[in-house]
Amino acid sequence: MNLSLINLEIWVIALGLVLMLADFWMPAERKRFLGYAAAAALAMLLVMNLGNCATGTAFNGMFVEDGLAVFFKRFFIVAAILVLFMAVEFSDPGSARGFAEASRMASGISEYYSLIVFALSGMLFAASANNFAMLFVSIELITVTFYVLTSFQRGRLVSLEAGVKYLILGALSSAFMVYGIALVWGTTGKLNFNELALVAGPFAGNKIFLLGMVLVLVGLGFKIAAFPFQIWAPDVYQGAPTPTTAFLAVGSKAAGFVLLLRVLFTAIPSVTAHWANPLIIISGITILYGNLCAMPQRNLKRLLGYSSIAHAGYLLLGVAALSASGQAAILYYLSGYLFTVLAAFTVICLVMRHLENEDISALAGLNQRSPLLATTLTLAMVSLAGIPPMAGFFGKFLLLKAVLEQGATNPGYYCLAFTALAGVVMSLYYYGGVIRAIYWSKDAPADLSPILLSGPAKVTIAICIAGMFWIGLFPSVMVNLATEAVKALGI
Amino acid sequence: MSILTYILGWPLLAALVLVFVPRNYRVIIRAVALLATFISMLLAVKMFCQFVTGHAGYQFEQQIPWVESLGISYHVGVDGLNVGLILMGAIVAFAAACCSFEIQSREKEFYILLLVMTGGILGAFASLDLFFFYFLHELALVPTFIMIGVWGRGERKNYATFQITLYLSIGALIALIGLIALYLQSGANTFDIPKLIEYVQSHPLAAHSQNFIFPLLLFGFGILVSLWPFHTWAPLGYGSAPSPTAMLHAGVLKKFGLYGLIRIALPLMPQAAQHWMQILAWLCLGNILYVGWVAMRQRNLNLLIGNSSVAHMGFIFLGIASLNLIGVTGAVVIMIAHGFLAALTFGLSGYIYRQTGTLEMGELGGLARKLPFIGTALLMAALAGCGLPGFANFVGEVTVFFGAWKVFPVVTGLALWGALLIGALYMLRAMRNVLHGPLPEKWSGIPDAAHVWRKLPYALLLASLLVFGCFPGLLTEKITPDAGKIVGMATAESRAGVLPAQAGFQPAKENLSQGRDGLEGRRDARPTLTAN
Repeated sequence: MNLSLINLEIWVIALGLVLMLADFWMPAERKRFLGYAAAAALAMLLVMNLGNCATGTAFNGMFVEDGLAVFFKRFFIVAAILVLFMAVEFSDPGSARGFAEASRMASGISEYYSLIVFALSGMLFAASANNFAMLFVSIELITVTFYVLTSFQRGRLVSLEAGVKYLILGALSSAFMVYGIALVWGTTGKLNFNELALVAGPFAGNKIFLLGMVLVLVGLGFKIAAFPFQIWAPDVYQGAPTPTTAFLAVGSKAAGFVLLLRVLFTAIPSVTAHWANPLIIISGITILYGNLCAMPQRNLKRLLGYSSIAHAGYLLLGVAALSASGQAAILYYLSGYLFTVLAAFTVICLVMRHLENEDISALAGLNQRSPLLATTLTLAMVSLAGIPPMAGFFGKFLLLKAVLEQGATNPGYYCLAFTALAGVVMSLYYYGGVIRAIYWSKDAPADLSPILLSGPAKVTIAICIAGMFWIGLFPSVMVNLATEAVKALGI
Repeated sequence: MSILTYILGWPLLAALVLVFVPRNYRVIIRAVALLATFISMLLAVKMFCQFVTGHAGYQFEQQIPWVESLGISYHVGVDGLNVGLILMGAIVAFAAACCSFEIQSREKEFYILLLVMTGGILGAFASLDLFFFYFLHELALVPTFIMIGVWGRGERKNYATFQITLYLSIGALIALIGLIALYLQSGANTFDIPKLIEYVQSHPLAAHSQNFIFPLLLFGFGILVSLWPFHTWAPLGYGSAPSPTAMLHAGVLKKFGLYGLIRIALPLMPQAAQHWMQILAWLCLGNILYVGWVAMRQRNLNLLIGNSSVAHMGFIFLGIASLNLIGVTGAVVIMIAHGFLAALTFGLSGYIYRQTGTLEMGELGGLARKLPFIGTALLMAALAGCGLPGFANFVGEVTVFFGAWKVFPVVTGLALWGALLIGALYMLRAMRNVLHGPLPEKWSGIPDAAHVWRKLPYALLLASLLVFGCFPGLLTEKITPDAGKIVGMATAESRAGVLPAQAGFQPAKENLSQGRDGLEGRRDARPTLTAN
């Protein structure tokens, strides 16, 4: 056993504990700034981790440190750093704009930071999970912290509502998942992914085993908000505090995907090979559902909630392709998506933190109030829509390429590619609507006061913009990293 | 650094610079845009003059690897096919920037989008890499939608934006699937067009994958070029677009699909090309006759020009469909000539709209008296549109008809009606309504294009039409050797006897198989070209 492999996780958990303890001694008005300390500590861990390329397994093969895990761990830490910055901005009491807003987060902001860090530790474990027990524990660690993060604004009804919805549906899906794991264990006697892969072949026709696997996938489908388990996403995205929504959209979804990749391609590759058609169908419907439902939305966070369903569908293209290039495309797409979505939510957080609801009309006049924020949100929408030269374009290109590569084996892939394109065309409508609201809104802007940005907020935005452009204009580096990382899956 | 990189780089760089210029520095914003397009145009002229005719391979090449694992590289270069297109694109872009004085609101955003569009489309034409070819076109396409949506005119602006976005995005994405499938099926693991072509020479694509991919490209590109029956976005879209956008899109951006067909689809998928060209020939009759007929019924000058621009695409498709040296050369000549022509007519109609606030032909009349310069230019443009000798359009159209006659005599016979009769009818009738007859009282005070800057774009476009109309050899000399290569590859299969030989391909085969003699064959064609 090699404890040094979980150094990173230990440090992250220690950081979460320190943050909770610091709450006792920190003066109330300074607690906000603990977020910067937490982000700095994570940045340090990230830098230290860059030099570390130890691989291996620990805890009897429950925990695996390989290329894929390292890729996702760095991904999660970057996401958490940006989310922490966002949270500091979000908790800014502002210049006394109504008492409800002023007190909404201030009560326990350091708990909020430590919960983000705990959720991060869950994601780190998820990246390394190589065993169904580990998978379940890491998912629960993520989900349970998110129940609290979602309903953190105790004074707001929508936030509580979002928390309750997420709790009920999340608990339900966990129940399904644990039931599924029990069935798999009951039939095969294996929990470890590698061991399961060796014996899974003969069980491919065993209905109980298949039911178990399907139930596990139900639980993962809930995490990534794939059809038909997407029903919670819009409500939770809308109601949760903006940094939570952002972390949910990036971190939680990516954790779902890394687990999905591990389960499908490490644990049961022989079974997955027969699942091309169901995966194609789920991916296609998720894309259509997300895009169609996003079109009439007026609430920006709800719109992004539906758009995140659509993006789960695009990412599933890479899963459905059942190939290494599809998996690499997922990793590339997620890294572009990280910066894009965090850019969008940072802007929403800064522009709308003092508003009761995040209606698109609140963006009116944004380009006069803050050209930087207007540009950032525009670039984010352009990237989400998959228009060059942003990261989203090349990501979609890679996913499409991966799907078309398989076209010769199954004509369904061509249908899937066309469905994805239909989704892209639909998405132009609502992303265009957001851009239009920023620059050419018909509603008279209610508020034309300039938005003042703090230094760290500017840094966050600069990182996001640089990330979107860098990944879009110089995809070579990220493509190579992704290709290397998925070699761990061995397809 | 290749001169091509500068040609497409200046507008993109200027767009980046404009992002940081405050919006109330209007003169600076305009000057930066004009300067960038002007430099780009000068460089394009220089490149056109330095182009060595008959040089084997590509000139002014530059290649920088971009994503090596996928075989994507930034690769630009010109041969006879795109050298004229880039020159045309750069001239039209400068003219469009000159005409942008009509934009009075949110100028900064407009000029940024205009420059992105210019850089994107010049880059798409210069690109010898399949990925960048598409990427840069997409970069140029999206600003079009925004420009129509924001600066467009007329009550149906929103509908027009919606329609053009839907049609063109779908067209572009279908073409993208076709291009990716082409890359995957070829097995060459490169997006580099010359390498792909070379690879396919020795490893031809399987017939069934050709038959699957070719229609994707044909109809994907076809939608972008307003091939009948997918043309309905064009008249309304151009009618609603601000004139610089219409000039750039109708003039330059639309030629992307045609260029893609010639550059990529024909040489890489010869068998499917020969099969589908029969169908294309009949579809292009829809453009020429049906849309020409629709144009005759228009009451609005811009809708009429939009329809006539769709009708002109039919001639280019006919030239491509004929799959022989004369036809394809003619198609490329029309692409260039129509670029100037479309830009000129949309620019002039934009001027009239700015002065009168309407383009309904019933309300206009007698404008030639008040607008001697604009009126004359419009009349000349109309005559060029009818195919009058002396303008570049005549050269292209007559060449296409010579080429197509041998392959599709019936289609050519019918298309001639469209060219000679229908085109002349609607164009001349429109000119009578707009320029001649009694001058309504309310237009008695409108000014003509006053000073040099206002006249410059129209004069430049008109001059280009006349220069290439009187000296078509400037273009055809450059186009023929490379068009010959393309035709040679596209008809190679039938020459080898794989497919039943078709009588129509005879002349092209002779030209090509005999090498030096092929050039002689071209010289024979020259007297016809310059006879006007």
